[in-house]
Amino acid sequence: MADIQIPEIKERIEIPNIKIGATADYKCHPASEAHMTKLGFPVKLVDNWKEKLLEKMAELLKKYRSLQVYLDICVKCGSCTDKCHYYLGTGDPNNMPVARQELMRKIYRKYFTPAGKLLGKLVNAEELTEDTLKEWYSYFHQCSQCRRCSVFCPYGIDTAEISMAAREMMDAIGMGQKYSNEIIAKVEETGNNLGIPAPALRGTLDFLEEDVKETTGVDVKFPMDVVGADVLLIAPSADFFSTPHVESLVGYAKVFHQAGISWTVSSYASEFANFGMFIGNYSHMQKIAGRIREQAHALKVKRIVVGECGHAWRVGYSFWNTLIGPFDFLDPKYPAPQHICELSYDLINSGALKLDKSANDEFTVTYHDSCNVARASRMGKKPGGQFEIPRALIRASCNKFVDMAEHTIKERTFCCGGGGGLLTDELMELRVKGAVPRVQALKEVMDSHNVNFLALICAICKAQFTKVLPYYKMPMEMVGGVHQLISKAIVLGAKE
Amino acid sequence: MGSFELSGKVYQTDEDGYLVNMDDWNKEAAEHLAKEENVEMTDAHWEVVNLLREYYEEYKIAPMIKILIKAVGKKLGPDKGNNKYLYELYPQGPAKQACKIAGLPKPTGCV
Repeated sequence: MADIQIPEIKERIEIPNIKIGATADYKCHPASEAHMTKLGFPVKLVDNWKEKLLEKMAELLKKYRSLQVYLDICVKCGSCTDKCHYYLGTGDPNNMPVARQELMRKIYRKYFTPAGKLLGKLVNAEELTEDTLKEWYSYFHQCSQCRRCSVFCPYGIDTAEISMAAREMMDAIGMGQKYSNEIIAKVEETGNNLGIPAPALRGTLDFLEEDVKETTGVDVKFPMDVVGADVLLIAPSADFFSTPHVESLVGYAKVFHQAGISWTVSSYASEFANFGMFIGNYSHMQKIAGRIREQAHALKVKRIVVGECGHAWRVGYSFWNTLIGPFDFLDPKYPAPQHICELSYDLINSGALKLDKSANDEFTVTYHDSCNVARASRMGKKPGGQFEIPRALIRASCNKFVDMAEHTIKERTFCCGGGGGLLTDELMELRVKGAVPRVQALKEVMDSHNVNFLALICAICKAQFTKVLPYYKMPMEMVGGVHQLISKAIVLGAKE
Repeated sequence: MGSFELSGKVYQTDEDGYLVNMDDWNKEAAEHLAKEENVEMTDAHWEVVNLLREYYEEYKIAPMIKILIKAVGKKLGPDKGNNKYLYELYPQGPAKQACKIAGLPKPTGCV
C-alpha cells in the first residue's frame, strides 16, 4: 500500500498533464505454459510471431467487419482523449483511447492499406517489431473494455473491441495474460472461476441455510442440482466466496423463498462470469456459456435467472442467444436469461414482495452503474431499464438514496478501475489510479449527502472497490450489492 | 516464478509469492511468507492459518470468507468474528494474504 502514489482527490475531475510513458512498465503476469496449453494457445512466443500475428489480424478483420471500420474511420477529433479513467488517473497519453487504438492502427496501416504500404511513416504506418509487442501487452491490458470512450466518439468507435482483438492476436502468438487465462482454464475444468468443487459448494450453501435460519428464524433454502426446479440460478462464483458478494446471494434466496419460486444452482455450471469475452475469444466464450445450456436441459428448468455480474450480463443479454441459443425450451413468458433485478422488480410491482425500508435506515445509498450493464445491455421492457430498475429496487428497500453527478452515471458512468480482466494484484497501481474519477464523484456525495453505502450489481466492481477505496481512506464496508439491501429489507414469513 | 531457501530446503513460489507446492508448507515457511508480507504472526494469526488449512484439507478450496469469519468468532470470541478483525490481522485481506501464508493457492476470480 505504501509504494503506490495515491492521486489527490480534487473538487472536480481534472484533466491531467501528459506524462509520457508513465505506465509503460505496468505489466500483467504472463499466462503459464499449462494454462496456454489448456486453452489451445502456443505456450510461448512463437518463432514466426510476426507472420502469425498478421495472419490473425487478417482473419479478425475479415471476421469482424466492425474492427476494420473502427481502424479506418477515426478522424482524430480528440473527443475521446479525456474520457478514459486510466488516462484521467495516470496521465499516460497511451491511455487516451485514440492513442490506444493507434497502437493497432499504425500496424494495420502498414500491412493492410495501400497508403501505408507505399508511404510508411509519412502516413503514420509502422513496422511490427518487438517494441510493438511490448507496447501492446502493456497498454491493451490497461483498457478495462468499459466503452465509455465510445459514448463520446462521434463515430461510435469501440476501443473495447480493439483491445479484445489485440488480446486475441497476442494469445495466438503465445503472449497470454495469466489472470484471465488461468480463470478460463479453471472454469472450463471445474465449472466456476474459483475452482469450487461440488462438495465445497454444497457445504457453503448449507452454511448459508443455517446462517439465515439463525439470523431470521426462517428456513430459507439454498438448493443445488435439483432436477425439475423452475429456475436455474446462475450467479458469479464470487457470490459463493467473497464478502460482500455473498450478501446478495442471500438476497436472491430470500426473494425466491418469499415469492414461492422453486430454484436451484448447479454444481456443474456454477459461474455466470465469462472471461472469454475479455480475451476476445468467441470459442472459449461459447464453451464457458455452453455448460449453462447443458445444465438448463439436464435440470429441466423453465427459466434461467442470473445474478449480479456486470460483464456476464453483457454476455448473457447480448451474446447467449447466438452462443448457446435458441432458448425455445424455456418458458416464453420470461426473458432468457432474466436478470435477478428484473425478477425482483416484477415481484415488487405485483405486490408479491413486501419490503421494510426502515431496515436500511442506517444507510444513505448511492448507485454505481457498472459499465457493461450500462453501455452494453438493457433490462426490463423499456429503454433505460438498466439504469432505472436497479435504482427502483434501491428506492424500494431504503429511505435515503442519492445519485452521483450526472456526468458520472448511467451511460456516462466511470469504470470501477478493475474491469475487463484487470482485477489482478500486479496491476494494483493502475487499479487505484483508474478509480480516481469514480472516487471523486463518490466523495462528492459522501461530503454533501453523507452517503455511506455504494450499491452495485457487479462482482468485479464489488471486489475492486472493497480493495481500492481504503487507499482513499474510504471504508470497504460501504460497498455492497443491490440485493444485499433487499436482503435486509425483505419481510419474510406468511403473506397477508 | 521464484524460490526461497530455509534450513537447506528450497521452496518454489509463483509470480505472486505463493507456494507452488502446498505440501512444502511448514511453520518455518509460513513465518517467512508472513515476514515478506510484513505480517507479524500472533496466536490469532495462527488460528486463521490453521482454520484455512483444515478447511482446505477437507474441501480442496479455501472457505468462503463468511465461513471463516464465523469460525474465527467461535475460536477467538464473538467480538473477533467479523471482516474488520480479519483485515486487522491480514491488512491485504484474509482471502489472499492469509491464504498465502497458509500455503494455499491464490484464490482466482472476481475476488
